Amino acid sequence: MSAGASETPRRGLSRKHREWLAAALFVAPDALGLLVFLGVPMVLALGLGFFEVTGFGGISFAGLDNYRKMFADPLFFDSLKVTVLYVVGFVAGVFVVSLGLALLVRQKIPFVGFFRSLFFLPHVVSLVVVGLVWQFMLTDGVGVVNQVLESVGIGGRSWLGDPQLALGTVVLVSIWFFMGYYMIIFLAGLQEIPREYYDAAKIDGARAWQLFRHITWPLLKPTSFFVLLVSTITGVAGLQAFDLIYVMTKGGPANSTSLGIFYIYQQAFQFNDYGYAAAMSSFLVLLLLAATALMFVLTGGGRFETE
Amino acid sequence: MKPSSGSSMLRPTRAALFALAVVLALLTVFPLFWMVSSAFKGPDEVNSVNLIPAAPTLDNFRYVFTEVPFLRYMLNSLFVATVVTVAALWFHSMAAYALARLRFPGRDLLFFAIFSTLLVALPIILVPLFILVRELGMLDSYAGLIVPAVFNAFGIFLLRQFYIGMPKELEDAAFVDGCGYWGVYWHVILPLSRPILAALAVFFFLANWNSFLWPLTITQNQDLWMIQVAISSFQTQYAGAWNYIMAAATVAAIPTMALFFVFQRQLVESIKTSGFK
Repeated sequence: MSAGASETPRRGLSRKHREWLAAALFVAPDALGLLVFLGVPMVLALGLGFFEVTGFGGISFAGLDNYRKMFADPLFFDSLKVTVLYVVGFVAGVFVVSLGLALLVRQKIPFVGFFRSLFFLPHVVSLVVVGLVWQFMLTDGVGVVNQVLESVGIGGRSWLGDPQLALGTVVLVSIWFFMGYYMIIFLAGLQEIPREYYDAAKIDGARAWQLFRHITWPLLKPTSFFVLLVSTITGVAGLQAFDLIYVMTKGGPANSTSLGIFYIYQQAFQFNDYGYAAAMSSFLVLLLLAATALMFVLTGGGRFETE
Repeated sequence: MKPSSGSSMLRPTRAALFALAVVLALLTVFPLFWMVSSAFKGPDEVNSVNLIPAAPTLDNFRYVFTEVPFLRYMLNSLFVATVVTVAALWFHSMAAYALARLRFPGRDLLFFAIFSTLLVALPIILVPLFILVRELGMLDSYAGLIVPAVFNAFGIFLLRQFYIGMPKELEDAAFVDGCGYWGVYWHVILPLSRPILAALAVFFFLANWNSFLWPLTITQNQDLWMIQVAISSFQTQYAGAWNYIMAAATVAAIPTMALFFVFQRQLVESIKTSGFK
Protein backbone atom coordinates (compact mmCIF):
# COMPACT_ATOMS: atom_id res chain seq x y z
CA MET A 1 0.00 0.00 0.00
CA SER A 2 2.01 2.95 -1.15
CA ALA A 3 0.16 6.09 -0.29
CA GLY A 4 2.06 8.00 -2.93
CA ALA A 5 4.25 9.17 -0.12
CA SER A 6 7.45 7.48 -1.25
CA GLU A 7 10.42 9.69 -0.56
CA THR A 8 12.26 9.24 -3.86
CA PRO A 9 12.00 12.55 -5.68
CA ARG A 10 10.87 10.87 -8.86
CA ARG A 11 8.14 13.34 -9.61
CA GLY A 12 10.52 16.21 -9.20
CA LEU A 13 8.63 17.47 -6.17
CA SER A 14 10.48 19.39 -3.52
CA ARG A 15 10.57 17.95 -0.01
CA LYS A 16 8.02 20.52 1.09
CA HIS A 17 5.58 19.61 -1.65
CA ARG A 18 6.01 15.93 -1.01
CA GLU A 19 5.05 16.56 2.61
CA TRP A 20 1.94 18.43 1.45
CA LEU A 21 0.98 15.61 -0.86
CA ALA A 22 1.51 12.99 1.83
CA ALA A 23 -0.58 14.99 4.31
CA ALA A 24 -3.40 15.38 1.79
CA LEU A 25 -3.48 11.64 1.16
CA PHE A 26 -3.36 10.79 4.86
CA VAL A 27 -6.17 13.17 5.73
CA ALA A 28 -8.33 12.51 2.68
CA PRO A 29 -10.38 9.46 3.79
CA ASP A 30 -11.50 10.98 7.08
CA ALA A 31 -11.89 14.50 5.78
CA LEU A 32 -14.07 13.35 2.89
CA GLY A 33 -16.07 11.01 5.10
CA LEU A 34 -16.74 13.69 7.69
CA LEU A 35 -17.67 16.15 4.98
CA VAL A 36 -20.11 13.80 3.26
CA PHE A 37 -21.68 12.11 6.28
CA LEU A 38 -21.63 14.94 8.84
CA GLY A 39 -20.97 18.24 7.08
CA VAL A 40 -23.42 17.89 4.22
CA PRO A 41 -26.25 16.54 6.43
CA MET A 42 -25.65 19.39 8.87
CA VAL A 43 -26.07 21.98 6.12
CA LEU A 44 -29.06 20.06 4.77
CA ALA A 45 -30.55 19.93 8.26
CA LEU A 46 -30.71 23.70 8.26
CA GLY A 47 -32.00 24.01 4.70
CA LEU A 48 -34.26 21.02 4.18
CA GLY A 49 -37.01 22.57 6.26
CA PHE A 50 -37.80 24.88 3.35
CA PHE A 51 -38.65 21.93 1.11
CA GLU A 52 -41.38 19.38 0.72
CA VAL A 53 -39.80 15.92 0.69
CA THR A 54 -41.90 12.90 -0.12
CA GLY A 55 -41.16 9.25 0.55
CA PHE A 56 -39.66 8.48 -2.84
CA GLY A 57 -37.20 11.20 -3.52
CA GLY A 58 -39.50 13.96 -4.74
CA ILE A 59 -38.28 17.31 -3.48
CA SER A 60 -39.98 20.63 -4.11
CA PHE A 61 -39.53 24.08 -2.65
CA ALA A 62 -42.11 24.84 -0.01
CA GLY A 63 -41.02 28.20 1.32
CA LEU A 64 -42.05 28.70 4.91
CA ASP A 65 -44.84 26.12 4.87
CA ASN A 66 -43.10 23.69 7.21
CA TYR A 67 -42.20 26.44 9.63
CA ARG A 68 -45.76 27.80 9.58
CA LYS A 69 -47.03 24.31 10.32
CA MET A 70 -44.51 24.00 13.12
CA PHE A 71 -45.59 27.17 14.91
CA ALA A 72 -49.21 26.06 14.67
CA ASP A 73 -48.54 22.55 15.97
CA PRO A 74 -49.33 22.21 19.68
CA LEU A 75 -47.70 18.76 19.79
CA PHE A 76 -44.43 20.32 18.71
CA PHE A 77 -44.56 22.84 21.54
CA ASP A 78 -45.48 20.07 23.96
CA SER A 79 -42.45 18.12 22.81
CA LEU A 80 -40.24 21.17 23.39
CA LYS A 81 -41.62 21.49 26.90
CA VAL A 82 -40.90 17.81 27.53
CA THR A 83 -37.38 18.29 26.17
CA VAL A 84 -36.70 21.21 28.51
CA LEU A 85 -38.09 19.34 31.53
CA TYR A 86 -36.06 16.28 30.64
CA VAL A 87 -32.84 18.25 30.18
CA VAL A 88 -33.22 20.22 33.40
CA GLY A 89 -34.01 17.10 35.43
CA PHE A 90 -31.31 15.02 33.81
CA VAL A 91 -28.52 17.63 33.93
CA ALA A 92 -29.15 18.59 37.56
CA GLY A 93 -29.64 15.00 38.68
CA VAL A 94 -26.67 13.47 36.93
CA PHE A 95 -24.45 16.33 38.14
CA VAL A 96 -25.27 15.79 41.80
CA VAL A 97 -25.23 11.99 41.67
CA SER A 98 -22.01 11.60 39.70
CA LEU A 99 -20.17 14.23 41.75
CA GLY A 100 -21.34 12.46 44.90
CA LEU A 101 -20.13 9.11 43.61
CA ALA A 102 -16.78 10.59 42.55
CA LEU A 103 -16.25 12.05 46.04
CA LEU A 104 -17.27 8.73 47.59
CA VAL A 105 -14.88 6.60 45.55
CA ARG A 106 -12.01 8.99 46.33
CA GLN A 107 -12.21 8.00 49.99
CA LYS A 108 -9.97 5.46 51.62
CA ILE A 109 -12.41 2.60 51.84
CA PRO A 110 -11.81 -1.09 51.16
CA PHE A 111 -12.39 -2.35 47.60
CA VAL A 112 -12.73 1.18 46.29
CA GLY A 113 -11.58 0.17 42.79
CA PHE A 114 -14.25 -2.49 42.70
CA PHE A 115 -16.94 0.03 43.67
CA ARG A 116 -15.79 2.33 40.88
CA SER A 117 -16.21 -0.49 38.38
CA LEU A 118 -19.68 -1.34 39.64
CA PHE A 119 -20.88 2.28 39.46
CA PHE A 120 -19.63 2.47 35.89
CA LEU A 121 -21.07 -0.88 34.82
CA PRO A 122 -24.54 0.35 33.69
CA HIS A 123 -22.88 2.59 31.14
CA VAL A 124 -21.45 -0.28 29.06
CA VAL A 125 -24.83 -1.93 28.58
CA SER A 126 -26.86 -0.80 25.58
CA LEU A 127 -29.77 1.56 26.16
CA VAL A 128 -32.15 -0.86 24.52
CA VAL A 129 -31.24 -3.45 27.14
CA VAL A 130 -31.42 -0.80 29.86
CA GLY A 131 -34.87 0.24 28.69
CA LEU A 132 -36.12 -3.34 28.57
CA VAL A 133 -34.79 -4.24 32.00
CA TRP A 134 -36.26 -1.18 33.67
CA GLN A 135 -39.55 -1.62 31.89
CA PHE A 136 -39.66 -5.17 33.20
CA MET A 137 -38.86 -4.07 36.75
CA LEU A 138 -41.44 -1.27 36.63
CA THR A 139 -44.29 -3.22 35.03
CA ASP A 140 -47.63 -2.42 36.62
CA GLY A 141 -48.70 -5.02 39.13
CA VAL A 142 -46.01 -7.64 38.65
CA GLY A 143 -42.81 -5.56 38.42
CA VAL A 144 -40.26 -6.18 41.16
CA VAL A 145 -40.12 -2.50 42.17
CA ASN A 146 -43.82 -2.30 42.97
CA GLN A 147 -43.82 -5.71 44.65
CA VAL A 148 -41.00 -4.63 46.95
CA LEU A 149 -42.62 -1.27 47.67
CA GLU A 150 -45.93 -2.93 48.49
CA SER A 151 -44.26 -5.42 50.79
CA VAL A 152 -42.98 -2.52 52.90
CA GLY A 153 -46.38 -0.86 52.86
CA ILE A 154 -45.91 1.75 50.15
CA GLY A 155 -48.54 1.55 47.45
CA GLY A 156 -47.23 0.65 44.01
CA ARG A 157 -47.40 3.16 41.21
CA SER A 158 -47.69 3.07 37.48
CA TRP A 159 -44.19 4.36 36.90
CA LEU A 160 -44.40 4.37 33.13
CA GLY A 161 -48.18 4.53 32.77
CA ASP A 162 -48.92 7.66 34.78
CA PRO A 163 -48.37 10.89 32.78
CA GLN A 164 -47.32 12.59 36.02
CA LEU A 165 -44.54 10.05 36.65
CA ALA A 166 -43.34 8.70 33.32
CA LEU A 167 -40.93 11.49 32.41
CA GLY A 168 -39.43 11.47 35.89
CA THR A 169 -38.93 7.72 35.59
CA VAL A 170 -37.12 8.15 32.27
CA VAL A 171 -34.93 10.84 33.84
CA LEU A 172 -34.02 8.51 36.71
CA VAL A 173 -33.10 5.69 34.34
CA SER A 174 -30.99 8.12 32.28
CA ILE A 175 -29.17 9.19 35.43
CA TRP A 176 -28.55 5.57 36.38
CA PHE A 177 -27.07 4.95 32.95
CA PHE A 178 -24.84 8.05 32.86
CA MET A 179 -23.71 8.50 36.46
CA GLY A 180 -20.66 6.23 36.08
CA TYR A 181 -19.49 8.06 32.98
CA TYR A 182 -19.57 11.50 34.60
CA MET A 183 -18.16 10.02 37.81
CA ILE A 184 -15.01 9.16 35.82
CA ILE A 185 -14.85 12.71 34.42
CA PHE A 186 -15.22 14.16 37.93
CA LEU A 187 -12.56 11.78 39.28
CA ALA A 188 -10.14 13.00 36.65
CA GLY A 189 -10.91 16.58 37.69
CA LEU A 190 -10.46 15.81 41.37
CA GLN A 191 -7.05 14.31 40.65
CA GLU A 192 -5.89 17.63 39.20
CA ILE A 193 -6.34 19.36 42.55
CA PRO A 194 -2.99 19.43 44.38
CA ARG A 195 -3.10 17.41 47.56
CA GLU A 196 -1.04 20.05 49.40
CA TYR A 197 -4.06 22.36 49.48
CA TYR A 198 -5.98 19.84 51.53
CA ASP A 199 -3.05 19.07 53.80
CA ALA A 200 -2.50 22.76 54.53
CA ALA A 201 -6.18 23.37 55.22
CA LYS A 202 -6.36 20.38 57.53
CA ILE A 203 -3.46 21.70 59.56
CA ASP A 204 -5.51 24.86 59.97
CA GLY A 205 -8.31 22.67 61.33
CA ALA A 206 -10.67 22.78 58.36
CA ARG A 207 -13.53 20.29 58.39
CA ALA A 208 -14.66 18.08 55.55
CA TRP A 209 -17.44 20.44 54.46
CA GLN A 210 -15.05 23.43 54.51
CA LEU A 211 -12.51 21.51 52.44
CA PHE A 212 -15.19 20.86 49.86
CA ARG A 213 -16.61 24.39 49.93
CA HIS A 214 -13.31 26.25 49.73
CA ILE A 215 -10.98 23.92 47.83
CA THR A 216 -12.77 21.20 45.89
CA TRP A 217 -15.73 23.22 44.59
CA PRO A 218 -13.83 26.26 43.25
CA LEU A 219 -10.99 24.22 41.78
CA LEU A 220 -13.37 21.75 40.22
CA LYS A 221 -15.19 24.47 38.29
CA PRO A 222 -13.68 23.67 34.86
CA THR A 223 -14.73 20.03 35.24
CA SER A 224 -18.16 21.01 36.48
CA PHE A 225 -18.65 23.23 33.48
CA PHE A 226 -17.55 20.49 31.13
CA VAL A 227 -20.03 18.05 32.71
CA LEU A 228 -22.87 20.59 32.54
CA LEU A 229 -22.10 21.39 28.92
CA VAL A 230 -21.76 17.83 27.69
CA SER A 231 -24.80 16.56 29.60
CA THR A 232 -26.90 19.44 28.27
CA ILE A 233 -25.89 18.72 24.68
CA THR A 234 -26.50 15.01 25.24
CA GLY A 235 -29.89 15.77 26.73
CA VAL A 236 -31.11 18.16 24.02
CA ALA A 237 -29.76 16.14 21.09
CA GLY A 238 -31.26 13.12 22.77
CA LEU A 239 -29.43 10.21 21.15
CA GLN A 240 -29.56 8.27 24.40
CA ALA A 241 -32.96 9.48 25.50
CA PHE A 242 -34.35 8.42 22.12
CA ASP A 243 -33.39 4.79 22.68
CA LEU A 244 -34.94 4.75 26.14
CA ILE A 245 -38.17 6.44 25.03
CA TYR A 246 -38.48 4.20 22.00
CA VAL A 247 -38.21 1.10 24.16
CA MET A 248 -39.95 2.19 27.35
CA THR A 249 -42.79 4.56 26.48
CA LYS A 250 -42.98 5.32 22.74
CA GLY A 251 -43.56 8.93 23.78
CA GLY A 252 -46.56 8.15 25.95
CA PRO A 253 -48.57 8.12 28.09
CA ALA A 254 -50.50 11.12 26.73
CA ASN A 255 -47.32 12.37 25.01
CA SER A 256 -45.79 13.03 28.42
CA THR A 257 -42.42 11.61 27.34
CA SER A 258 -42.50 12.71 23.71
CA LEU A 259 -39.11 14.44 23.51
CA GLY A 260 -38.51 16.78 20.59
CA ILE A 261 -36.22 14.27 18.98
CA PHE A 262 -38.78 11.50 19.28
CA TYR A 263 -41.55 13.62 17.77
CA ILE A 264 -39.24 14.50 14.88
CA TYR A 265 -38.45 10.83 14.33
CA GLN A 266 -42.15 9.98 14.22
CA GLN A 267 -42.93 12.73 11.72
CA ALA A 268 -40.10 11.58 9.45
CA PHE A 269 -40.22 7.82 9.64
CA GLN A 270 -43.80 7.03 10.55
CA PHE A 271 -45.55 9.78 8.57
CA ASN A 272 -42.88 10.30 5.88
CA ASP A 273 -42.99 14.04 6.38
CA TYR A 274 -39.24 14.62 6.01
CA GLY A 275 -39.45 18.33 5.28
CA TYR A 276 -41.47 19.00 8.41
CA ALA A 277 -39.10 16.85 10.45
CA ALA A 278 -36.14 18.81 9.06
CA ALA A 279 -37.80 22.12 9.94
CA MET A 280 -38.20 20.96 13.53
CA SER A 281 -34.61 19.63 13.57
CA SER A 282 -33.30 23.03 12.61
CA PHE A 283 -35.30 24.53 15.46
CA LEU A 284 -33.71 21.99 17.80
CA VAL A 285 -30.28 23.11 16.59
CA LEU A 286 -31.19 26.64 17.66
CA LEU A 287 -32.34 25.33 21.02
CA LEU A 288 -29.05 23.49 21.39
CA LEU A 289 -27.05 26.63 20.62
CA ALA A 290 -29.21 28.65 23.01
CA ALA A 291 -28.70 26.09 25.78
CA THR A 292 -24.95 26.14 25.20
CA ALA A 293 -24.87 29.93 25.28
CA LEU A 294 -26.97 29.98 28.45
CA MET A 295 -24.53 27.56 30.03
CA PHE A 296 -21.63 29.88 29.22
CA VAL A 297 -23.45 32.83 30.75
CA LEU A 298 -24.61 30.99 33.87
CA THR A 299 -21.15 29.62 34.61
CA GLY A 300 -19.53 32.99 34.08
CA GLY A 301 -17.15 32.50 31.23
CA GLY A 302 -17.09 28.78 30.79
CA ARG A 303 -13.49 27.95 30.23
CA PHE A 304 -12.89 24.29 30.75
CA GLU A 305 -9.17 23.92 30.33
CA THR A 306 -7.34 22.90 33.46
CA GLU A 307 -4.51 25.33 32.82
CA MET B 1 -6.13 6.50 40.64
CA LYS B 2 -4.93 6.86 44.17
CA PRO B 3 -7.33 7.40 47.03
CA SER B 4 -7.12 10.89 48.44
CA SER B 5 -5.13 11.57 51.54
CA GLY B 6 -7.59 11.11 54.31
CA SER B 7 -5.30 9.61 56.88
CA SER B 8 -6.79 11.61 59.71
CA MET B 9 -10.27 10.32 58.92
CA LEU B 10 -11.97 8.71 61.86
CA ARG B 11 -12.71 5.01 61.71
CA PRO B 12 -16.49 5.26 62.26
CA THR B 13 -16.75 7.70 59.36
CA ARG B 14 -14.89 5.33 57.13
CA ALA B 15 -17.12 2.43 58.13
CA ALA B 16 -20.19 4.55 57.36
CA LEU B 17 -18.78 5.49 53.96
CA PHE B 18 -18.03 1.86 53.24
CA ALA B 19 -21.60 0.90 54.16
CA LEU B 20 -22.92 3.68 51.93
CA ALA B 21 -20.78 2.46 49.04
CA VAL B 22 -22.06 -1.10 49.50
CA VAL B 23 -25.70 0.02 49.51
CA LEU B 24 -25.27 2.24 46.45
CA ALA B 25 -23.35 -0.46 44.58
CA LEU B 26 -26.08 -3.00 45.28
CA LEU B 27 -28.74 -0.58 44.04
CA THR B 28 -26.67 0.16 40.94
CA VAL B 29 -26.06 -3.43 39.99
CA PHE B 30 -29.47 -4.80 40.95
CA PRO B 31 -31.20 -4.20 37.57
CA LEU B 32 -28.46 -6.08 35.74
CA PHE B 33 -28.50 -8.87 38.29
CA TRP B 34 -32.28 -9.04 37.96
CA MET B 35 -32.01 -9.29 34.17
CA VAL B 36 -29.65 -12.27 34.37
CA SER B 37 -31.60 -13.96 37.15
CA SER B 38 -34.92 -13.59 35.31
CA ALA B 39 -33.38 -15.02 32.15
CA PHE B 40 -33.02 -18.33 34.01
CA LYS B 41 -36.60 -18.37 35.29
CA GLY B 42 -39.47 -20.24 33.66
CA PRO B 43 -42.63 -18.44 32.50
CA ASP B 44 -44.40 -19.22 35.79
CA GLU B 45 -41.62 -17.88 37.95
CA VAL B 46 -40.52 -14.81 35.99
CA ASN B 47 -42.94 -12.48 37.79
CA SER B 48 -41.94 -13.69 41.24
CA VAL B 49 -39.53 -11.81 43.46
CA ASN B 50 -37.16 -14.76 43.93
CA LEU B 51 -33.64 -13.36 43.82
CA ILE B 52 -32.27 -16.70 42.64
CA PRO B 53 -34.51 -18.82 40.39
CA ALA B 54 -36.11 -21.66 42.36
CA ALA B 55 -36.20 -23.80 39.23
CA PRO B 56 -33.41 -22.51 36.99
CA THR B 57 -33.81 -23.37 33.32
CA LEU B 58 -31.95 -22.80 30.07
CA ASP B 59 -35.16 -22.97 28.01
CA ASN B 60 -35.30 -19.23 27.43
CA PHE B 61 -31.84 -19.19 25.90
CA ARG B 62 -32.64 -22.25 23.84
CA TYR B 63 -35.79 -20.54 22.59
CA VAL B 64 -33.98 -17.32 21.74
CA PHE B 65 -31.39 -19.11 19.64
CA THR B 66 -33.64 -21.65 17.94
CA GLU B 67 -37.02 -19.96 17.39
CA VAL B 68 -35.48 -16.63 16.41
CA PRO B 69 -32.40 -16.11 14.21
CA PHE B 70 -30.67 -14.53 17.15
CA LEU B 71 -27.25 -15.81 16.18
CA ARG B 72 -27.60 -14.08 12.82
CA TYR B 73 -28.38 -10.76 14.56
CA MET B 74 -25.36 -11.17 16.80
CA LEU B 75 -23.12 -11.96 13.83
CA ASN B 76 -24.46 -8.90 12.00
CA SER B 77 -23.54 -6.77 14.99
CA LEU B 78 -20.17 -8.44 15.35
CA PHE B 79 -19.40 -7.91 11.67
CA VAL B 80 -20.54 -4.29 11.52
CA ALA B 81 -18.90 -3.31 14.80
CA THR B 82 -15.61 -4.98 13.85
CA VAL B 83 -15.40 -3.45 10.38
CA VAL B 84 -16.33 0.00 11.68
CA THR B 85 -13.74 -0.26 14.45
CA VAL B 86 -10.90 -1.36 12.16
CA ALA B 87 -11.69 1.19 9.46
CA ALA B 88 -12.15 3.98 11.98
CA LEU B 89 -8.85 3.25 13.74
CA TRP B 90 -7.02 3.12 10.42
CA PHE B 91 -8.47 6.33 8.96
CA HIS B 92 -8.35 8.25 12.23
CA SER B 93 -4.74 7.34 12.93
CA MET B 94 -3.71 8.39 9.40
CA ALA B 95 -5.54 11.69 9.67
CA ALA B 96 -4.25 12.29 13.18
CA TYR B 97 -0.68 11.57 12.10
CA ALA B 98 -0.89 14.16 9.34
CA LEU B 99 -2.58 16.72 11.59
CA ALA B 100 -0.05 16.23 14.37
CA ARG B 101 3.25 15.58 12.62
CA LEU B 102 3.19 16.92 9.07
CA ARG B 103 3.27 20.56 8.02
CA PHE B 104 0.92 21.75 5.32
CA PRO B 105 -1.05 24.89 4.59
CA GLY B 106 -4.47 25.11 6.23
CA ARG B 107 -3.66 22.51 8.84
CA ASP B 108 -5.10 24.40 11.81
CA LEU B 109 -8.20 25.38 9.88
CA LEU B 110 -8.76 21.77 8.87
CA PHE B 111 -8.34 20.62 12.42
CA PHE B 112 -10.80 23.21 13.63
CA ALA B 113 -13.32 22.11 11.00
CA ILE B 114 -12.94 18.48 12.06
CA PHE B 115 -13.16 19.41 15.72
CA SER B 116 -16.37 21.36 15.22
CA THR B 117 -18.14 18.26 13.89
CA LEU B 118 -18.01 16.96 17.48
CA LEU B 119 -21.06 19.13 18.13
CA VAL B 120 -23.10 17.42 15.43
CA ALA B 121 -25.23 14.74 17.05
CA LEU B 122 -26.87 11.97 15.05
CA PRO B 123 -30.50 12.78 15.93
CA ILE B 124 -30.09 16.33 14.65
CA ILE B 125 -28.90 15.16 11.22
CA LEU B 126 -30.85 11.92 11.14
CA VAL B 127 -33.37 12.98 8.49
CA PRO B 128 -30.91 14.52 5.99
CA LEU B 129 -28.43 11.70 6.57
CA PHE B 130 -31.16 9.18 5.87
CA ILE B 131 -32.09 10.95 2.63
CA LEU B 132 -28.43 11.18 1.61
CA VAL B 133 -27.81 7.49 2.26
CA ARG B 134 -30.99 6.66 0.36
CA GLU B 135 -29.79 8.69 -2.63
CA LEU B 136 -26.47 6.84 -2.48
CA GLY B 137 -28.43 3.58 -2.73
CA MET B 138 -27.18 2.31 0.62
CA LEU B 139 -30.50 1.72 2.38
CA ASP B 140 -30.86 -1.82 3.66
CA SER B 141 -27.23 -2.74 3.11
CA TYR B 142 -24.15 -3.46 5.18
CA ALA B 143 -22.52 -0.45 3.51
CA GLY B 144 -25.29 1.76 4.88
CA LEU B 145 -24.79 0.35 8.37
CA ILE B 146 -21.01 0.63 8.24
CA VAL B 147 -19.86 3.62 6.21
CA PRO B 148 -21.63 6.50 8.00
CA ALA B 149 -20.65 5.00 11.38
CA VAL B 150 -16.91 5.15 10.64
CA PHE B 151 -16.51 8.89 10.66
CA ASN B 152 -16.34 10.77 13.91
CA ALA B 153 -13.97 13.41 15.13
CA PHE B 154 -13.58 12.02 18.62
CA GLY B 155 -11.00 9.40 17.61
CA ILE B 156 -9.03 11.81 15.42
CA PHE B 157 -8.96 14.25 18.28
CA LEU B 158 -7.63 11.81 20.88
CA LEU B 159 -5.05 10.31 18.53
CA ARG B 160 -3.79 13.72 17.41
CA GLN B 161 -3.36 14.68 21.06
CA PHE B 162 -1.33 11.52 21.59
CA TYR B 163 0.84 12.00 18.49
CA ILE B 164 1.67 15.62 19.32
CA GLY B 165 3.40 14.41 22.45
CA MET B 166 5.66 11.91 20.66
CA PRO B 167 9.39 12.61 20.48
CA LYS B 168 10.54 13.63 17.01
CA GLU B 169 13.76 11.58 17.12
CA LEU B 170 12.00 8.31 16.33
CA GLU B 171 10.52 9.73 13.16
CA ASP B 172 13.85 11.26 12.12
CA ALA B 173 15.64 7.96 12.60
CA ALA B 174 13.12 6.27 10.32
CA PHE B 175 13.56 8.95 7.65
CA VAL B 176 17.33 8.45 7.81
CA ASP B 177 16.75 4.74 7.31
CA GLY B 178 15.03 5.55 4.06
CA CYS B 179 11.40 5.37 5.09
CA GLY B 180 8.83 7.55 3.35
CA TYR B 181 5.89 9.12 5.15
CA TRP B 182 3.91 5.91 4.78
CA GLY B 183 6.83 3.93 6.19
CA VAL B 184 7.07 6.20 9.19
CA TYR B 185 3.34 5.93 9.81
CA TRP B 186 3.32 2.16 9.40
CA HIS B 187 6.56 1.20 11.13
CA VAL B 188 6.93 3.89 13.79
CA ILE B 189 3.67 5.68 14.56
CA LEU B 190 1.26 2.73 14.53
CA PRO B 191 3.34 0.41 16.74
CA LEU B 192 3.88 3.23 19.24
CA SER B 193 0.18 3.97 19.43
CA ARG B 194 -0.85 0.44 20.31
CA PRO B 195 -2.10 1.32 23.83
CA ILE B 196 -4.31 4.19 22.73
CA LEU B 197 -5.54 2.22 19.71
CA ALA B 198 -6.53 -0.61 22.05
CA ALA B 199 -8.48 1.82 24.23
CA LEU B 200 -10.24 3.34 21.24
CA ALA B 201 -10.94 -0.09 19.78
CA VAL B 202 -12.86 -1.11 22.90
CA PHE B 203 -14.68 2.20 22.88
CA PHE B 204 -15.70 2.01 19.20
CA PHE B 205 -16.66 -1.63 19.36
CA LEU B 206 -18.94 -1.06 22.35
CA ALA B 207 -20.51 2.01 20.79
CA ASN B 208 -21.31 0.16 17.58
CA TRP B 209 -22.47 -3.03 19.24
CA ASN B 210 -24.83 -0.90 21.32
CA SER B 211 -25.96 1.48 18.60
CA PHE B 212 -29.65 1.51 17.87
CA LEU B 213 -31.06 4.61 16.20
CA TRP B 214 -29.08 4.41 12.96
CA PRO B 215 -29.55 0.66 12.32
CA LEU B 216 -33.22 1.08 13.22
CA THR B 217 -33.59 3.89 10.70
CA ILE B 218 -31.99 2.30 7.67
CA THR B 219 -32.73 -1.43 7.88
CA GLN B 220 -36.11 -2.89 6.98
CA ASN B 221 -34.76 -6.24 5.86
CA GLN B 222 -34.69 -8.51 8.90
CA ASP B 223 -31.59 -10.33 7.63
CA LEU B 224 -29.65 -7.12 8.23
CA TRP B 225 -30.97 -6.41 11.72
CA MET B 226 -28.36 -5.69 14.31
CA ILE B 227 -28.83 -7.07 17.77
CA GLN B 228 -30.26 -3.96 19.43
CA VAL B 229 -32.89 -3.57 16.73
CA ALA B 230 -33.74 -7.26 17.08
CA ILE B 231 -34.26 -7.18 20.83
CA SER B 232 -36.30 -4.01 20.65
CA SER B 233 -38.67 -5.78 18.25
CA PHE B 234 -38.73 -8.77 20.58
CA GLN B 235 -40.49 -6.64 23.08
CA THR B 236 -43.46 -5.99 20.78
CA GLN B 237 -43.46 -9.55 19.47
CA TYR B 238 -43.37 -11.26 22.84
CA ALA B 239 -45.08 -8.62 24.96
CA GLY B 240 -45.23 -9.92 28.49
CA ALA B 241 -43.02 -12.97 27.89
CA TRP B 242 -40.35 -11.37 30.03
CA ASN B 243 -38.39 -14.60 30.50
CA TYR B 244 -37.61 -14.64 26.75
CA ILE B 245 -36.99 -10.90 26.60
CA MET B 246 -34.61 -10.99 29.57
CA ALA B 247 -32.73 -13.95 28.05
CA ALA B 248 -32.31 -11.98 24.81
CA ALA B 249 -31.23 -8.88 26.73
CA THR B 250 -28.72 -10.93 28.72
CA VAL B 251 -27.21 -12.39 25.56
CA ALA B 252 -26.90 -8.89 24.08
CA ALA B 253 -25.39 -7.45 27.26
CA ILE B 254 -22.94 -10.18 28.31
CA PRO B 255 -20.31 -9.40 25.62
CA THR B 256 -20.27 -5.71 26.57
CA MET B 257 -19.92 -6.40 30.26
CA ALA B 258 -17.19 -8.97 29.60
CA LEU B 259 -15.30 -6.47 27.42
CA PHE B 260 -15.63 -3.91 30.17
CA PHE B 261 -14.20 -6.11 32.88
CA VAL B 262 -11.25 -7.15 30.70
CA PHE B 263 -10.45 -3.69 29.30
CA GLN B 264 -11.78 -1.36 31.96
CA ARG B 265 -8.47 0.41 32.46
CA GLN B 266 -8.22 1.34 28.77
CA LEU B 267 -11.85 2.37 28.62
CA VAL B 268 -11.62 4.56 31.68
CA GLU B 269 -8.43 6.17 30.40
CA SER B 270 -10.02 7.12 27.08
CA ILE B 271 -13.01 8.67 28.87
CA LYS B 272 -10.74 10.65 31.16
CA THR B 273 -8.73 11.99 28.27
CA SER B 274 -11.86 12.97 26.39
CA GLY B 275 -12.75 15.39 29.16
CA PHE B 276 -9.49 17.20 29.38
CA LYS B 277 -7.74 17.94 26.17
